[in-house]
Amino acid sequence: MDQNGFELSFPATEVEASAGIAALAEQLSEQGLPEAHAGDVRIALAEAINNVVEHAYVGVEAAQVQVNCALRANWLEIRISDTGLPLPDRQPPEGIPASVETELQDLPEGGFGWFLIRQLASDIRYERRKGFNHLFLRFDLLSSSNG
Amino acid sequence: MSLTSTVTGDAQIITVNADRIDAAMAIQFKEDMRSETDGGPERVILDLSGVSFIDSSGLGAIVASMKQLGGARRLDLAGLTPVVEKVFRLTRMDTVFNLFPSLDDALTEDAG
Repeated sequence: MDQNGFELSFPATEVEASAGIAALAEQLSEQGLPEAHAGDVRIALAEAINNVVEHAYVGVEAAQVQVNCALRANWLEIRISDTGLPLPDRQPPEGIPASVETELQDLPEGGFGWFLIRQLASDIRYERRKGFNHLFLRFDLLSSSNG
Repeated sequence: MSLTSTVTGDAQIITVNADRIDAAMAIQFKEDMRSETDGGPERVILDLSGVSFIDSSGLGAIVASMKQLGGARRLDLAGLTPVVEKVFRLTRMDTVFNLFPSLDDALTEDAG
């Protein structure tokens, strides 16, 4: 695989994000992201972008989400950038999921986003720089992880 | 979002006619499930075989749909594609719902 990279920007709304995430997944696959990793990457990417839409632009005017992908033979790095509010404490949350061992009516209907990102990405890095949030998600694409 | 509903024997089968259930359609999904399951059999089977992707908002909407049914009725899930199955497994929601590989498997269980 040669060095592949691309970027995509879209307005930070749920509808635009839904289409953007599907387009990114398709692009990654066209550029050679192995099928075995495609699902994990799409789940983490969707949760990270949804977080921007649902949290970063709360109370401020929604702007763009910019996604840059760099794909190599052994790894994929995705950078998600926005101009919204910084993450609380300026770091990615731990993402401890709510327990599902509970009564029906108490089952969690959310709060799984960061948990899923942490489960699926090999490395997570966050930077707040000049009014921008940059979240870097790295995925190791070693074939041994398939077996 | 579009749902199709049929009743077979003592189960209502609801088919999701969308390739994803995500944040953009979670609220609509929940509302559509509420109207589709207003009354009807005790057992509801949600056929997810056409859904290739779900995010945590979509998962939350399915959980909410089960709560809407109340304790006396149950929501079973059939035909989970690999990515959908993975989201259920990672969040441990696979321990909350009855999951069937296909609609036929779900209906066979029902008969037996």
